[in-house]
Amino acid sequence: MSRRTLVRDVFVPLAVFGVLAAVPVLHVSIPKLFDQPLSSPGTLQLLGACVLFGGLALTYDLQFGYTGLLSFGHALYIAIGVYLSNIAITDWHWSFWVAILFTMGVAVVVANVLGAVSMRVGGIAFAMVTLAFAQAGAVLALKDPHHWTHGEEGLGADYTKLPKAFVGIFNTKNLYWLALAFLAVVFFVVRWAVESSPGRVWQAIRENEQRVEVLGMRPNLYKLQAFVLSSTLAAAGGIVYMLLYNGSTLAVTAPNFTLTLLLMVVIGGAGSRWGAVLGGILYTYLNDRLVAVGSSSAVEGLPRALRTPLSQPLFLLGAIFILIVFFLPGGLTGIATRGRPSGLRRLQESIRPDHTLNAPQEDA
Amino acid sequence: MSTLLLLTITGLGLGAMYFLIASGLSLIYGLMGVLNFAHGAFISVGSYGTWWFSTNVFDGVHSILLRWLLSSLVGLALGAVFAGLVELVLIRPLYTRHIEQVLVTVGLSIAFVALLEGIWGNDPKTFVVPAWLHATTTVGGAHIPNDRWVEIATAAVVLVALQLFLRKTRYGLIIRAGVENRAMVQALGIDVRKAFTLVFAIGGVAAAVAGVLSGVYFNVVGPDQGTSLLIFAFIVVVIGGLGSIGGSAVAAVLVALTQQYANYYASAGVGDMVVVLLLGLVLLARPRGLAGAVVGARA
Repeated sequence: MSRRTLVRDVFVPLAVFGVLAAVPVLHVSIPKLFDQPLSSPGTLQLLGACVLFGGLALTYDLQFGYTGLLSFGHALYIAIGVYLSNIAITDWHWSFWVAILFTMGVAVVVANVLGAVSMRVGGIAFAMVTLAFAQAGAVLALKDPHHWTHGEEGLGADYTKLPKAFVGIFNTKNLYWLALAFLAVVFFVVRWAVESSPGRVWQAIRENEQRVEVLGMRPNLYKLQAFVLSSTLAAAGGIVYMLLYNGSTLAVTAPNFTLTLLLMVVIGGAGSRWGAVLGGILYTYLNDRLVAVGSSSAVEGLPRALRTPLSQPLFLLGAIFILIVFFLPGGLTGIATRGRPSGLRRLQESIRPDHTLNAPQEDA
Repeated sequence: MSTLLLLTITGLGLGAMYFLIASGLSLIYGLMGVLNFAHGAFISVGSYGTWWFSTNVFDGVHSILLRWLLSSLVGLALGAVFAGLVELVLIRPLYTRHIEQVLVTVGLSIAFVALLEGIWGNDPKTFVVPAWLHATTTVGGAHIPNDRWVEIATAAVVLVALQLFLRKTRYGLIIRAGVENRAMVQALGIDVRKAFTLVFAIGGVAAAVAGVLSGVYFNVVGPDQGTSLLIFAFIVVVIGGLGSIGGSAVAAVLVALTQQYANYYASAGVGDMVVVLLLGLVLLARPRGLAGAVVGARA
């Protein structure tokens, strides 16, 4: 590793995560940005969600931005982490660590099986198929045939089975550190994976899948690797989610959950580690804080035609997202790459119409 | 026997809506390579447009039937105009950038649902329709709600009209040729992009029809109704084979009937799972969908 990459990929991230780790012990208030001091449980809960979604967005970027796989079903693997761990602990009364191991094992198996089936088709059709599988998971969680998920009520976690450090409002700082640790682990795993030799092939597939095939490699095998790694990390993030929110709700199974991850990655910058992390953090923060903007006195005074859209965070974020796709395809981090193709611009080759169901396509 | 008949007719009614949504999706995808996530918004434009005009503009019309028909017509027109505008303003500038086009439709679908919630709230709105639609007709011992017949008949009319349009008119010819090979059509000196707006408008009308019918079928319209119908329409499109109207029709019936039977005879929710399983099986056996092999053989 050259000195420059050592600084860029190891020292700088460590410094950033180190600064973030110090937040719970800082007893300062930042007016306007946060209602309460940084070390208060309320703010730490929001910041924990921000860094958790930074990590989750990065797991999505691993398949979307680095490998060119447009999946609409990433929520399924997060939901496996959120629900299965909780079901094992609360419904089946398993011990915490056995439940975690079991959840991760199931996630790996499901990702392998469903990934292999979905990769029968490429491009946009892949997106639709992954969406359908995620929808099946959502229906299963909603209808709750075995009375495990408790459907729309959601499933609160049995706190007596959870590690003491993660229970109670005074331990919110531990949950924040847990979420930050998840982000750091994902960050370094993704860094290591995309610089490894299979990782190079993933990025080659993103640029031009046919060329990879001509070189005598089997793109589907490599795509499956990226898919499984990304999905497994997502399931781990789901477990952190379950601990942070103290249980499981149907929100994580909705198709829109994957779409928000897509929004985060594109807003921050696809195919960039800092981009996905920044996008996840910023999106989560704005989604929370824009509600306050919508009910502020400045907006209250506006005519109804302006007030209604401004009071809907998702409307604003959707609009921002469309503007970024049009005018800033590299995302926010793309501003720094100065004209080099970045973000969405690099994805053009991977999802072409002739890679899809319509065109003659040889079976792998 | 009467239960089976009721399930079958109800399933066909549901399949009619799936077909109306899937046909537009399939044509748009076949011609332009765009997976249109904003199709859910087109459905909502149709249903909310009809609901709004029915309660705010045509509420003075005494005949409920006339009131429903008038507001539905406005709903359909709104669907066509909205879809055409989406193509012109948001899709066209990103021509050939398929992934960005998909992303823009994703952003639009999210922003649109949020806007609906902002303006009219989360609560479903009651849809005013002639009482006759919710009465039942007894056929072979089964009491079948009349709206099912309307849904099936509408979808059949749209299917025939679309096929006639695609087979008998010059624009239909250009669209069919564009689905087969867009580059060749352009090489022959035909500006295929004009057909894009047209296909979007057609898809918008068909989706708006589905929106109106879903208001009748479910009795209410809600902000996320469009999105939930859209997911099954995606499954229909993939099973039917992208770009094929006939394939969409067959797959819509197959998916809706499977769903109805399994939901009734097994238990609620099983139908949705079985449909996804069906999708997996079709992909393993015929990755290009039911109609895919036919397209491949002609090419």
